[in-house]
Amino acid sequence: MTALLDVQDLVKDYRDAAGAPLRAVDGVSFTLAPGEVLGIVGESGCGKSTLGRMLMRLVEPTSGRILVDGSDLTKLGGRALKRERRQLQMVFQDPYGSLNPRHKVGTIIGEPLVIHGIPNRRERVAELLDLVGLPREAVDRYPHEFSGGQRQRIAIARALALEPKVIIADEPVSALDVSIQSQIINLITDLRARLGLSMIFISHDLSVIRHVSDRIGVMYLGRMVEIAPTAALFAAPRHPYTGALLSAIPRPPSRDGTPQRTRRIFLKGELPDPTNPPPGCVFHTRCPVAVERCREIVPRLDPIGADGQRAACLRADEMPGILDAPTRPETAVAT
Amino acid sequence: MPVTNSALLSVEALTLEVNGHRLTDEVSFEIRAGEMLALVGESGCGKSVTALSILRIHPDPPISLSGGRIVFDGRDLAALSADEMRAVRGDDIAMIFQEPMTSLNPVLTVGDQIAEALILHRGMSRRAALARAGELIELVGLPNGRRQVDRYPHQLSGGQRQRIMIAMALACEPKLLIADEPTTALDVTVQAQILALIDTLRRDAGMACLLITHDLGVVAEVCDRAAVMYAGKIVETGPVDVLLGAPRHRYTRALVDTIPAMNPPGQRLPSIAGTVPPPGSRAPGCPFVDRCDAPTSQCRTLMPPPEEQSGHIVRCWNPAQ
Ligand SMILES: Nc1ncnc2c1ncn2[C@@H]1O[C@H](COP(=O)(O)OP(=O)(O)OP(=O)(O)O)[C@@H](O)[C@H]1O
Ligand SMILES: Nc1ncnc2c1ncn2[C@@H]1O[C@H](COP(=O)(O)OP(=O)(O)OP(=O)(O)O)[C@@H](O)[C@H]1O
Ligand code: SF4
Ligand SMILES: [Mg+2]
Ligand SMILES: [Mg+2]
Repeated sequence: MTALLDVQDLVKDYRDAAGAPLRAVDGVSFTLAPGEVLGIVGESGCGKSTLGRMLMRLVEPTSGRILVDGSDLTKLGGRALKRERRQLQMVFQDPYGSLNPRHKVGTIIGEPLVIHGIPNRRERVAELLDLVGLPREAVDRYPHEFSGGQRQRIAIARALALEPKVIIADEPVSALDVSIQSQIINLITDLRARLGLSMIFISHDLSVIRHVSDRIGVMYLGRMVEIAPTAALFAAPRHPYTGALLSAIPRPPSRDGTPQRTRRIFLKGELPDPTNPPPGCVFHTRCPVAVERCREIVPRLDPIGADGQRAACLRADEMPGILDAPTRPETAVAT
Repeated sequence: MPVTNSALLSVEALTLEVNGHRLTDEVSFEIRAGEMLALVGESGCGKSVTALSILRIHPDPPISLSGGRIVFDGRDLAALSADEMRAVRGDDIAMIFQEPMTSLNPVLTVGDQIAEALILHRGMSRRAALARAGELIELVGLPNGRRQVDRYPHQLSGGQRQRIMIAMALACEPKLLIADEPTTALDVTVQAQILALIDTLRRDAGMACLLITHDLGVVAEVCDRAAVMYAGKIVETGPVDVLLGAPRHRYTRALVDTIPAMNPPGQRLPSIAGTVPPPGSRAPGCPFVDRCDAPTSQCRTLMPPPEEQSGHIVRCWNPAQ
């Protein structure tokens, strides 16, 4: 299967407030197949948003390639960029901040259609409102008249306006209450089924990511440390950081009321200073199973096991056994 | 509700009002020493105002206590003088606020802010208090505590500030910790560390804790009991395993059902249509009626009375079995 999106060795360098160089994204590569949802997870500051924004070219990559249907987005400019960028659309965390408060909903959703000179705007906007489950009367109302969940529907409708091939959603449900969160997750699931959407779904919440993603990429300090199909990742994480993340998910009790306790894998210390990342494996300062060579050798994101699972750990072939977790997190519901 | 002698904190029929609107309506719950009680519910249902009123902090515009009592360690907190209340605050009862950015003083070092309570309530010297502040900073998972004491809030990340707030709250080893969404801004691995720390203090020092959160996974992991709040009213209270494993109130049940972890990956999640009615537009009767999947004719007119079964209290005309 040819990839819809092929990201190769993407790098983004910034400077922090004091002017020290900081590599926010460090050599990230992955592919996205048509109709696939790839979840990106990792702790605050690991580079998830920077990665998403680079794919949209809202942030200029320092180096690397972004192939959309074979053509390199980083090499395009002007009209060609405008045309190709249509294939990618973004949905952000804060549905309020990303919608112009002075514009009516109809104008907001129709704006991309105007920019790209697409006819029959009124009908298309009405269709989009139907698609995301908002009443057609919404066209003449303003964003502040809607709840957080409804505003996120407006943002999704706008992202869908140009029928993009890929939606990049950066923490789309993180600001919403649980009951509203589930409505938006359902909407995304429905849209996938109806439109065959491909998606990059960024979140720090592994249980949300698990619910919507076919594959999951785990980031740590700018690097992709593991990538695998969702089931494989949960069944047998091959990177100790993934193992720690999985063990830290608090879980609801099972239906019969028996509590489920997990053996926690606690990480030592703090996230390292991104302007001064550790040598060798970036994770070695917090890794519970680090050995001497981890301080010197930079592990590559190599294939391990079946299913296209990859992990950047020198001890990946001993994982997850060496973490010695008698019970790894499993869903409350048998799958 | 009878006050048992063993309750450290007992909130009895607490009603809070602003401009004639009820923000909370006869809220009752109790916490025993060493117990961790969760207060859960959707945004705007009244969790924070309830917590703040225990410490007699009334934000602007002022919220008034129009009914009920708050009894802590045998004393009615409303009857205390301002000075007596100040002695309780930060010493016997400490609070971690929902917004860490606004509750730290930007012009003081974090060490001095932690030390303040120790100097005030424990009569420590500044030097001893700062040394203790350094230890507390390490206890909440920030390395090099002794160097961190000299830093200012703006030099720390959001998660680090939140942990400083936690260190401040724990400084005087309170009998009761009120923690309003203490780990919401934190990453899961840090959240796990903080919850383990609170759990240890509870076991070793008998600290009681009122934990406000919307994360039912956290509730299941660390709390003994939970109270579910909806539109200013407590609708269900009980041991966590029963409450989340076999909820009886229609709202609790719907809430538990919506969690992704309770559902097979990839499938549609159950959801609750509509939104919480804001204060001022809450009709008599059960506040959940418009969103409920099994309302009866009574629900709209009369608030259901509490019914108790071995510590599990439900206020619902048509509870799930
Ligand atoms: N414009 C910028 N200038 C300098 N540094 C930046 C800039 N944007 C991001 N960074 C830094 O790059 C790193 C990655 O940031 P990014 O926002 O991508 O993280 P994230 O994974 O999305 O985090 P979060 O979960 O908190 O949203 C951080 O160290 C951040 O401070
Ligand atoms: N000072 C005030 N004046 C008027 N209304 C207020 C005041 N403080 C809070 N409210 C209202 O009281 C209700 C309860 O607010 P509260 O902050 O306790 O909610 P919460 O349950 O803590 O929500 P969240 O989960 O969003 O923190 C809300 O509708 C809020 O708008
Ligand atoms: S390479 Fe070494 S330090 Fe890095 S994750 Fe693997 S074991 Fe830990
Ligand atoms: Mg981000
Ligand atoms: Mg609150």
